[in-house]
Amino acid sequence: MSKHEIRSPLPGTFYRSSAPDVPPFKTDGDPVSSSDAIGLIEVMKTFQEIQAGVAGGSIRFLVDNEEPVMAGQVIAEVEQ
Amino acid sequence: MKLRSVLVANRGEIAVRIIRAARALGIRTVQVYSAADADMLAVKLADEAIEIGPPAPKKSYLNIEAVIEAAKRANVDAVHPGYGFLSENGDFADAVVAAGLIFIGPSGDAIRLLGDKVAARTVAEKAGVPTVPGSDGRISSLAEALSVTERTGYPVMIKAAAGGGGRGIRIVNDACELETQFPQASAEALASFGDGGLYLEKVITRARHVEVQILGDGKNVVHCHERECSLQRRRQKVWEEAPSFLLPSEVRQKLCDSAVALARSVGYRGAGTVEYLYDDETREFYFIEVNTRIQVEHPVTEMITGIDLVEEMFRIAAGAPLSIRQADIKVRGHAIECRINAEDPRRGFMPAPGKIERLDVPEGEGIRFDTMLYEGYVIPPFYDSLLGKLIVWGEDRAACLVRLSQALERLRIDGVPTTIPLHRALAADPQIAKGAFHTRFLETWLETEFAADGGRAAEVA
Repeated sequence: MSKHEIRSPLPGTFYRSSAPDVPPFKTDGDPVSSSDAIGLIEVMKTFQEIQAGVAGGSIRFLVDNEEPVMAGQVIAEVEQ
Repeated sequence: MKLRSVLVANRGEIAVRIIRAARALGIRTVQVYSAADADMLAVKLADEAIEIGPPAPKKSYLNIEAVIEAAKRANVDAVHPGYGFLSENGDFADAVVAAGLIFIGPSGDAIRLLGDKVAARTVAEKAGVPTVPGSDGRISSLAEALSVTERTGYPVMIKAAAGGGGRGIRIVNDACELETQFPQASAEALASFGDGGLYLEKVITRARHVEVQILGDGKNVVHCHERECSLQRRRQKVWEEAPSFLLPSEVRQKLCDSAVALARSVGYRGAGTVEYLYDDETREFYFIEVNTRIQVEHPVTEMITGIDLVEEMFRIAAGAPLSIRQADIKVRGHAIECRINAEDPRRGFMPAPGKIERLDVPEGEGIRFDTMLYEGYVIPPFYDSLLGKLIVWGEDRAACLVRLSQALERLRIDGVPTTIPLHRALAADPQIAKGAFHTRFLETWLETEFAADGGRAAEVA
């Protein structure tokens, strides 16, 4: 079993769901496919969707909802 | 009332602007900042700076408790809210006053009244200001909506009473669409704003956005003439001018007088802007909304009138009566403002934060650059993309455009993409030179003219 890291391509604010009152895209332990959205990054008031980019049996988030992230920071890990 | 010190409850270029005005009046300045803004220019310029929370706006610049706490700690006399953030939050204005401080702006009640779209429309109608044909306030049923459209015709906008800033709007072209969309719009408004209230407004196609700057001291109100802000992208202003040069003079007079009448009817206190749509063909203007704060584009008004609007805000807040009479407010020449954003106009206006590697600012007669940039500054990703505003004045509009083109050639910001190439192309465009534009002009122009040469032609200096 290997671990794949999902990194933020941009600096900004990380969101786990598409809007404040809807459930998160993924929760810890969920399986993911490559094109699944796992979160949004807000950069200067615009939003960019972050996709898993890899398929795996289980995702684990390392950044909380609404937390600031740096470009290149690991947002989540996927166990393959 | 004493006003010897002020807390600047904002960031970016407007915080710098407020500090400069305060300094000119001998007022001590205290700047609040988030953890992401410790290096910003306003922090360096202010007499004192206080950190108020983490980067996220709602935990810092939108946190009423944290801002009030900082104001008490700094022992200031007043709070200036700038634009955006808490500037149009009536509860914040009340909290400032409850803390025994002066809020630099209108009362909380005035902010709430004029901030409610339906209530503001009623205020305008009572003051004799023409409003966009539509429903009398909120409508409760589809039948009522259909009867309104018999009077207004189509297309109409279904708007959420609690919406704003371009959100909560649907356009319908006939009765059939209205029947389908009305219930959806109501449900959506309830979900988005916690208020399902709707009202209808006729769509004014090919309209200009014209707005009037007002100043009031609670008794007297004057206007500082109008601004032309039709060049917009996604309902955000990109380029603004003063005056609105193609407006017939009798229309200009009626428009400015109506803004004064509206402000006077509510005993307006502070600087404010009354926004209108103007239809070139019918020569009719219609009230849209009132902004109860200083606006981003206020410098174009300052350039043509010689009035420092931010200094006036301080004087009014200190309890002084208006220092200027209407007859003394004269228009001289023409001014244009270009909003310089950290966005790439060739890649869908994608914003990008980053480090300013080099900054060359044009100087000279009639040129002003309001900014928070300095070489080595790292722009944080948590706030809007406005880097600065290039404002240029000329004896007339043609002279202004020539000077603007030259100033844009000399303005250089390295390190992040900017909208400078877009403004160079606009300043060189024959349709812009003629003034032949309306609120939908820019989006079409971007897809045709600008896309055709990729904006590159304007870059060949």
